[in-house]
Amino acid sequence: MALYLTEDQEMLRDSAEGFVREKAPVAHMRKLRDGDDKTGYDPALWKDFAEMGFSSILMSEDDGGLGLGHVEAGVVLEEVGKNLTPSPLLSTGIAAVAALKEGGAHHREKWFPKIAAGDAVAALAIDETAKHDPAMTRMSAERSGNGFKLSGRKQFVVHGHVADLLIVAARTGGSAGETDGITLFAVEKGAAKMSADARRLTDASLASVVEFDGVEVDADAVIGEVDQGWGPLSAMLAAGRAGASAEMLGVGQGAADISYTYLKERTQFGVPIGSFQALQHRAAHLYAELEVARAAVLKAQQLLDEQPDGTKAYRAVHVAKAMTGWTTTLAVQEGVQFHAGVGMTDEYDIGLYMKRGRVLSELFGDANYHANLLARESGY
Amino acid sequence: MADLETFRAETRAWLEDNCPPEMREPVRGDEDQCWGGRKFTFQSEAQKVWLERMAEKGWTAPMWPSEYGGGGLSAGEAKVLQQEMSRINARPPLSSFGIWMLGPALLKFGTEAQKKEHLPPIVRGEIRWCQGYSEPGAGSDLAGLQTKAVDKGDHFIINGQKVWTSYADKADWIFCLVRTDPDAPKHKGISFVLFDMDQPGVEARPIKLISGSSPFCETYFSDARAEKKNLVYEQNKGWDVAKYLLGHEREMISGMGLGGGGKGQTLPEVALAAIGEEDDGRLRDPLMRAEIAMFEVRAAAYRAQAERFADEWKAGKANPAQPSMMKYYGTELNKRRNELVMAAGGTDALEWESEESNGGKKARDWLRSKGNSIEGGTSEVQLNIISKRILELPAA
Ligand SMILES: Cc1cc2nc3c(=O)[nH]c(=O)nc-3n(C[C@H](O)[C@H](O)[C@H](O)COP(=O)(O)OP(=O)(O)OC[C@H]3O[C@@H](n4cnc5c(N)ncnc54)[C@H](O)[C@@H]3O)c2cc1C
Repeated sequence: MALYLTEDQEMLRDSAEGFVREKAPVAHMRKLRDGDDKTGYDPALWKDFAEMGFSSILMSEDDGGLGLGHVEAGVVLEEVGKNLTPSPLLSTGIAAVAALKEGGAHHREKWFPKIAAGDAVAALAIDETAKHDPAMTRMSAERSGNGFKLSGRKQFVVHGHVADLLIVAARTGGSAGETDGITLFAVEKGAAKMSADARRLTDASLASVVEFDGVEVDADAVIGEVDQGWGPLSAMLAAGRAGASAEMLGVGQGAADISYTYLKERTQFGVPIGSFQALQHRAAHLYAELEVARAAVLKAQQLLDEQPDGTKAYRAVHVAKAMTGWTTTLAVQEGVQFHAGVGMTDEYDIGLYMKRGRVLSELFGDANYHANLLARESGY
Repeated sequence: MADLETFRAETRAWLEDNCPPEMREPVRGDEDQCWGGRKFTFQSEAQKVWLERMAEKGWTAPMWPSEYGGGGLSAGEAKVLQQEMSRINARPPLSSFGIWMLGPALLKFGTEAQKKEHLPPIVRGEIRWCQGYSEPGAGSDLAGLQTKAVDKGDHFIINGQKVWTSYADKADWIFCLVRTDPDAPKHKGISFVLFDMDQPGVEARPIKLISGSSPFCETYFSDARAEKKNLVYEQNKGWDVAKYLLGHEREMISGMGLGGGGKGQTLPEVALAAIGEEDDGRLRDPLMRAEIAMFEVRAAAYRAQAERFADEWKAGKANPAQPSMMKYYGTELNKRRNELVMAAGGTDALEWESEESNGGKKARDWLRSKGNSIEGGTSEVQLNIISKRILELPAA
């Protein structure tokens, strides 16, 4: 398979590009932020996304979805990134769907129609500390009656305070650091003894600290097998990381595009600042990094589509997430420096890209986390 | 798709039967590379046979049209061939400036007669070419070149000096940029000519490099002769050919970023051997480990980009200036890799001659790699090209 978008994928990109730019440009994000929105996204827009098929992009056609893959999901997410659109697409339509696909049919039957219709939002309750490290999961899931009792605290649960469905990683065995003994649960909104405290983040998005104080769930809340949650969790995280990489690539590309334009427009010393070689070379270097990051993302997506749980695909996902982490950081830093004074103002968009990039860098593991895992897997 | 799978099966079987076992060993150094040409001595019978068999199928130049000796493969088939060759670690049968640089330029700009005359011997590895571009006064500012060619009707008489001409002493023919109109603006008075180096007016003097070897030369022309029929494209329009060829040269050099392609020691292996590991298998030097881990991510990402670029290039989807980006990134990456090999290898990597060090391979490769971001246009020149042609930033 050639490592570029097929004609169908290009068509999808063109339609997603026009759609997101029209419905949810940066101004849309500003409007939610300035109106002190407490939901974290616009439900009407989520319905529109669903109508376009974006929320069901990864579901098979039998399950009522578009039956497309990670490449297509990434095509849409990149546009979301470019426009800084607040959207539950990544957590719900990509990551949660990938997890539920690994679970039993009852999960799919229950959730897929609602997600496909844009009537449900899902959140992922994985992180317990300030740095992502799912193997270190400590939250406990004790057997109780016909089900389990969940106790512990999760953080950085994006959309956690409004989610209809929470996907929760907890320990039914083993101890922190081990991958065995983790079980994945589907927990519904409004469960007793569960409380979410939404925190505003630097990019104006909302992520919750969720407390589980002995939350009771039935045995059929388990996604996959008890103690064997690492499998579906890995599938979910791979989808989430590939998706976050695509979204972050969109943020980096968006920041770079704004900056290239500014280099042509702003004049000093009677000439456009883009004629200064010191800036030209930095812009050209950024271009090169973005191209390489783009290839890493596409490679990961293609491999995930070919062999969803293959080591090769997972390794490519580590590369993509690390590479986009660095590259987008470079793009937003250069972007602000190129803009100088106005780059520091809230009025200009470039700073918003910087904030969104920072949040996405942390989501599902930062560059160090992924580079380190790759090194471990390569035996050093 | 089904056709490609048939092609894959056939190719795999053919390679299995035809690639000699010695040609599946990692390339250790220059001496293992087959360059062909009139002056070349094969290192082994296997090397010779491998070249002949591949050339017979046209697979030394897989995508060139078969009427000129090429393989006539589609982009998809060529990719399969390459995958199947690397699957068995097959060495490239032929390293050739003719294939990487001149051929593509002739295919685009050459006359039918020129293609018929020059392409098949390139495919078969019979004629080795060198590149006469740079001069003492014309490096990055290549269009400032002064080597003069005087039009004598059916031929040109050439006088002047080239420099950094890689393998000029080993090559049979040269593709050369000469000034045919000294009065025209500098880009408009250049012609692209081909001529045989085996003539009294041509002299190549090797220059010794910091890596100890002498792959390139000062090349002098005193009344050297080039036939008119070997003028490529129009007189005084050689700059168009030169630029087009540079795109292909840069594409070729960008492959450096892939770590040479040989299945030699990886960077982590070098480091583990020299530094040792903790009980849990981590490299003992945590800062070196971090540097290597970060490098390896970039290297993997660049491998993906190399694949993407090759696919786009063959499908005609790549920006025409994209080879500049590839060249820039790939060569800077390769320099970084060599720096890390030296740092990880410690004092062992300093050795210059011993047998254990394979004749100082690490140190020599490290020094040679510094040329990657100079040859084919410096990194700074590539960045200039990206800003101008891709980002369309205003001229200074
Ligand atoms: C290993 C090797 C093999 C080679 N093989 C060949 C060959 O086979 N045939 C051949 O013809 N040539 C060959 N070359 C020559 C090569 O193409 C030139 O060295 C190269 O183009 C640079 O020219 P220069 O060395 O004169 O450097 P200069 O042009 O003098 O550059 C000096 C410095 O100034 C910088 N600089 C120059 N102009 C600009 C600008 N406009 N903006 C910013 N910075 C600038 C350069 O980047 C560099 O850092 C080879 C070189 C090497 C190292």
